[in-house]
Amino acid sequence: MKLVAEILQPLLAIVLAPLLLGVINRVKAFFAGRHGQPFVQPYYDLWRLLHKGAVYSRSTSWVFRLSPPACLAALLTLTLIVPLGGRSTLLGFEGDLVLAAYLLALVRFFLVAAALDTASSFEGMGASREAFFSALTEPALFVALAAMARLSGRLSLPEMFAAVTPGNWATHGAALLLVAATLAIVLLAENSRIPVDDPNTHLELTMIHEVMVLDNSGPDFAFIQYGSALKLWLLSAVLVGAALPTGGLSTPLAMAAAVGGVFLVAVCVGTVESCMARLRMTHVPLLLFTAVALAVLALVFSLRG
Amino acid sequence: MWSASRPPSPRPSHLRRKLSPIMLPLAFCGLGLMLLTGFIALFVRGDKACLRLGAAGVIAGAILCAIPTAQVLFTGDELALTLPWQVPFGSFHVVLDGLSALFLLPTLLLSAVAAVYGCGYMAGHGGGGGLRLGYAVLCYNFLAASMVMVLIARDGVLFLVAWELMSLSSYFLVTYDDEHESVRQAGWIYLVATHIGTAFLLAFFVLLGQGGGRMDFSYPALAGLSSGTALFLLALVGFGTKAGVMPLHVWLPEAHPAAPSHVSALMSGAMIKMGVYGIVRTLQILPQLESWWGWLLVGVGAVSGVLGILFSLAQHDFKRALAYSSIENVGVIMIGLGLGVVGVADHCPALAVLGFAGALWHMVNHALFKGLLFLGAGAAAKAAGTRYMDLLGGLAKTMPRTAATFIVGALAICAIPPFNGFIGEFLLYFGSFGAVAEGGPRLAGPAVVALVALASIGGLALVAFTKMVGIVFLGEPRSAQAAGAKEPGMEMLGAMWTLAGLCVVIGLSAPLLLPVFAQAGADLAGMPLADVAGPVGAAYSALGSVVLASAALLVLTLVLGVWRRRLLRGRTVTEQPTWGCGYAAATARVQYTASSFSQPIVDLFQGVLVSRLRRAKVKELFPTTAGFKSNTTDVSNEYLYRPIFMWIDRFINKMRWVQYGVVQLYVLYIALTLIILLLWKLR
Repeated sequence: MKLVAEILQPLLAIVLAPLLLGVINRVKAFFAGRHGQPFVQPYYDLWRLLHKGAVYSRSTSWVFRLSPPACLAALLTLTLIVPLGGRSTLLGFEGDLVLAAYLLALVRFFLVAAALDTASSFEGMGASREAFFSALTEPALFVALAAMARLSGRLSLPEMFAAVTPGNWATHGAALLLVAATLAIVLLAENSRIPVDDPNTHLELTMIHEVMVLDNSGPDFAFIQYGSALKLWLLSAVLVGAALPTGGLSTPLAMAAAVGGVFLVAVCVGTVESCMARLRMTHVPLLLFTAVALAVLALVFSLRG
Repeated sequence: MWSASRPPSPRPSHLRRKLSPIMLPLAFCGLGLMLLTGFIALFVRGDKACLRLGAAGVIAGAILCAIPTAQVLFTGDELALTLPWQVPFGSFHVVLDGLSALFLLPTLLLSAVAAVYGCGYMAGHGGGGGLRLGYAVLCYNFLAASMVMVLIARDGVLFLVAWELMSLSSYFLVTYDDEHESVRQAGWIYLVATHIGTAFLLAFFVLLGQGGGRMDFSYPALAGLSSGTALFLLALVGFGTKAGVMPLHVWLPEAHPAAPSHVSALMSGAMIKMGVYGIVRTLQILPQLESWWGWLLVGVGAVSGVLGILFSLAQHDFKRALAYSSIENVGVIMIGLGLGVVGVADHCPALAVLGFAGALWHMVNHALFKGLLFLGAGAAAKAAGTRYMDLLGGLAKTMPRTAATFIVGALAICAIPPFNGFIGEFLLYFGSFGAVAEGGPRLAGPAVVALVALASIGGLALVAFTKMVGIVFLGEPRSAQAAGAKEPGMEMLGAMWTLAGLCVVIGLSAPLLLPVFAQAGADLAGMPLADVAGPVGAAYSALGSVVLASAALLVLTLVLGVWRRRLLRGRTVTEQPTWGCGYAAATARVQYTASSFSQPIVDLFQGVLVSRLRRAKVKELFPTTAGFKSNTTDVSNEYLYRPIFMWIDRFINKMRWVQYGVVQLYVLYIALTLIILLLWKLR
């Protein structure tokens, strides 16, 4: 039973991750009064990309070619660490949250390096911003996880999330709420969604993620697109794990609730994207500092209790 | 596990001691060999032969010294030797224990590797060659030998002699290219700073001699010692100056870029660790550790770490940016030591052992990857003839091997798995998270500070090192020199490969190495290893899983790479110019520059960085010229030391009237002094 859950968690992530993007797109279409693309459109896109040839920039070196497989490999490894309602994961261990954060750093390192490798000022700009904003989300993420560690007395993600129960919400509601708010901002920033970045356009001077991957094509681009879907899934799973009180439930129920929660997060992301404009670039650091402040507050509340 | 409260036990003074008939003299033979070859190199004709002789001496000496070091590490014995020495207040007392051995191993390794690199680097370096080169080799060998001596000397006088030899030999190496004014200036700042540090160390040893009766490092300071705090603070300032702790770091970003690159690597990788060693040794001999020392160390470490990496980001000079990053890494080590001290003072064995072990491990790791990065930077700068990042670029295509090793070093220093940098920082995170999760407020406080600092440092380090990698090695060359760069010779490449290989090996064999560092951490905390079996066991299984995840990562990367190759087989794969919205004639000048890459962060932290920007005003519609210049000087240099030294300068200027240059007057001074002394004695 335990092993089944452990294997099912990464499988669900791997299979369902692109569907999240489909859900977000449909939600945005709904708000815009359109019918929108099919839910499985992201799968079609990946399929199409995987069957194309490739164009590489003459300016690039081996680093650019290494980047897409390395990024996707790191995200796939992460699916073995981030739980989805289960009480354990295949690779989980005490302190796995640190490894998770630094695997995300690996993805960022290669994306940024590959963008700089194209010798394009657009991509350099995106790379600079990606590195900058992520440097500010990193402390927020760690402090929020420290608050979770304090609340649960545990150091591994599945055990930490298993400790979140309705009773816990009753006693430490404020801290949990603040952690959830922090993780939500981290999710939006790390996945380059509105209000930090706009995934819809490519060439506006304000773009971050989409402009960084401008020179990727064919299977490489498929790896990167699939990787961003996985990243969205994983960070949503972390948010859901920290916020959803699945602690008392049996493993199948908890997993079902977590999957439902992840799609709910996608609906929320789509709603935010439909109702908000992107922040001015100079205001994004303020949002991220807010996230750090919320996380510190959560930690203070959790230390008190 | 983290809240275990034990009654405060007196920290045991050191355990096993074994007199060694051959082992230590073997190390002395090694040191002698280093010095001897250095002296012979003075008389050797031919640059190549001179360099190779010096390097051979260092390698042979390092191997001879490594034998007793390895024995100590594996058996846990201590080697001690006392010889008669005709120096007042001094004795020739040397001890090689576990702590010395842990610092010795990376020092010896880096000395040998950097010496090999130096053979390639210094040949055709300019600066005259011949006798000057011979002196450089002599100084290098002196530096390597004196560092070994610093690590094993226990007597205060012997220690200070070795310390001073180390400082002076490195000063002569820093000023090797003294035809440049900036190098002379850097050397001067280094000389002044290091001697101010030594002054504090003199006071430290005098105080130690008063308290314990002997100016000796291994003399377990007496339990009733009242001056523990004073000793700690003196050590923090004196040794902290060498380690480059903020705000005592001002010499570091000047001296490291000025020195030849293999010397920068040795100074940054090993020599500044002598300062760390001094602080660690002081913590070991003091009978009682206070909780607020730990807070202070964590605070100092957090400030050094965050500011160090911010200043690194704002630099344009490749090696200067690396020098600031060394300050950041010393900050990380200080955070670890601070956590350890808090753990000891507040009776939390888990935090104590994880903090100390993490700090020591990071020290070893930093020696490897920072050495590697400086060697890579030197190779790039030598090939392209400039250290200015905005003139480099595209070196990954002309120097792919150098680029690969540099990228390994950059990944390691960003603490990215599967490389070694992750392991040391993981232990620190692990200890801090544990203390936050289960400890009381006295433990959780510093742990939270450590967590925030480590996370901020991690995020910013990634920006700093993607910038170095991206601007220098990737993209298109920004100047003709950069376009004509060539891969260096085998000596330099071999040195870089060795260090890069070790970064990978340590990362992948972490659980096997953990016992060594856990033992050192437990020794330092004054606890038997059995007392901390819980947290060490948890760290062991965690590191095992980290290695498993790393293996999964590597295998998946390989599988995906192979899959992509299969997918692309038989399809059209073309090479085109970079997409520029249809504009196909973009030159290297449209690339993002190092300054523009880091500009958002530099702007955000303008309050601490105080960068000066100069823009030429654009006037007419189609301007033919425009300009932009930014310069980030060191804040503590500008606003702290410069005013102090200006004041001293003014004061001393006022005292000029005593110096007339008339010999008779000086004789009068001497006579007056003698009379005053006589009167004072007769009184």
